[in-house]
Amino acid sequence: MYELRGLRKVFGDGSVAVDDISLTVGRGEHLAFIGPSGAGKTTLFRILNLTLRPTEGTLVLDGRDVAELSDVELRCARTRIGTIYQRQNLVGRLRVVHNVLAGNLGRWSTLTALASLVRPQSAADAGRALARVGIPEKLYARTDELSGGQQQRVAIARVLVQDPEVVLADEPVSSVDPSLAVTIVTLLRDLSHESRKTLLMNLHSVELALTHFPRIVGIRGGRVHFDLAPDKVSGDLLANLYAGHEEDAQLERIQDGKGLYGGAFRPLAGFGT
Amino acid sequence: MARASTAAPSGRSPASAHKSAFPRIFTAVFAVSVALSLRAAQVDPRLLVERAALANVAKFVRDMFPPQLSREFLGLMLRPTLETVQVSVMGTAIAILIGVPLALTATSSLTWRGVLHERTSRVGRWALGFVPYILSRAMLSVFRSIPEFVWAFMFVRAVGLGPFPGVLAIGVAYGGMLGKVYSEILDGVNPQPLETLQAAGASRLGVVVYGLVPQALPNVIAYTLYRWECAIRASAILGFVGAGGLGQQLELSMRMFQFDEVLTLLAILFALVATIDFISGRIRAWIA
Repeated sequence: MYELRGLRKVFGDGSVAVDDISLTVGRGEHLAFIGPSGAGKTTLFRILNLTLRPTEGTLVLDGRDVAELSDVELRCARTRIGTIYQRQNLVGRLRVVHNVLAGNLGRWSTLTALASLVRPQSAADAGRALARVGIPEKLYARTDELSGGQQQRVAIARVLVQDPEVVLADEPVSSVDPSLAVTIVTLLRDLSHESRKTLLMNLHSVELALTHFPRIVGIRGGRVHFDLAPDKVSGDLLANLYAGHEEDAQLERIQDGKGLYGGAFRPLAGFGT
Repeated sequence: MARASTAAPSGRSPASAHKSAFPRIFTAVFAVSVALSLRAAQVDPRLLVERAALANVAKFVRDMFPPQLSREFLGLMLRPTLETVQVSVMGTAIAILIGVPLALTATSSLTWRGVLHERTSRVGRWALGFVPYILSRAMLSVFRSIPEFVWAFMFVRAVGLGPFPGVLAIGVAYGGMLGKVYSEILDGVNPQPLETLQAAGASRLGVVVYGLVPQALPNVIAYTLYRWECAIRASAILGFVGAGGLGQQLELSMRMFQFDEVLTLLAILFALVATIDFISGRIRAWIA
């Protein structure tokens, strides 16, 4: 699906967000990215969803270098990638149905898009998507009247309508409470699994990553720190990954085997050596 | 996120030294300018309480009562009142016609900056974006920096006395204000939903109608209504230079020392502004 070769992103102010990342992601694979805040995970996701151009390196999507795509091809490629952001990034003044149907904007003609704002086109699709995320009754609610968790579900429903091949979720649960966090991560995982979508997720919580994903990529200072199966991720690796960052605290909980999110969490080998 | 945290340590320390001095310098400059203005503008509250001044004010107030409420006078004022409302409505309509297109070209996110222009070439951004952007901003600032009173004066010379020069004056001056504020509202929307739409493959127009417009529209409508309210007052003032309406009657009555009529006219003006305030309040509550 994705092939990343030596990606590097330097912002206008000279700060290096992504330093040197090379990685291959297969079709249908599920990956979790973990690492301290400021490690460059969000920037990496913006490169992966084709809204940010890397300063150096190549990003290959299904065998094509994305830097060589024409305008039309770029739009087309974007419709195949669905993004769920940390903040919901919805337009609060629009009704839920329009925010959900915005997932169709990559396919719709301008005329259809405009008409839909007056009279929602395929509102039934939006209704079905909302039903799958558990809030079918909110179809015609004003989006800014919903709670944070409900808005995150609307964002997921939009991605369902978009029906992309890849789902990028950038810290989708950082603004919701722990029980809802598990629900949303599980929901995204299961929905992606059903329709054989590739799923890439940035997670603040090491615990959620280790318990829900078969492949864990640790990012630190804009570089890949490790890329392993969860049972190979040792306490030492994690301690290194987060060394000097406040997220250290969650490692202590994991060390004690007391997960914040309950469920089947086992103590990790290799702590305190 | 990554960007902010890596940029902070290198960028902030030298700037903070400048920041601490600024409020003090600003306060000093402000105090000096107030002190100088006090002299230059000949502010002297004693003049207000002098015997002659008080006597004049008393006479002015005494002559206002009872207000002129004769059927004949009120009947005569019906037309000017309507005219004032019509001038404000037409003036605001023309202001919207002038303001909207100029606002669109004066909005940086629509012409040369941000997510809509990721693939525009450098030359294209400059020639098709930045140049029209600067030109329309300059035009808007000329339109609004000349007071509507002066515009009316010029239009009276051009098209003669009557409500039409008033309409044109409000249209041009308010067009400048509306355009400027519209462009600021459009540039001030949250850019993240725009990037989200772009990431989902939306076309530029799709980003505009699903992201930009819904975020900006309520503020645009609210500000336009507020300007309409101001236009009522302006259209009354413009009567002083011959642009018809209540202002012209006000000027006549004042010149004839008919202060009872003045009071009635001010009351009518107050009622008009209050009514429009009420209507626009309802509309704003409905769209918010």
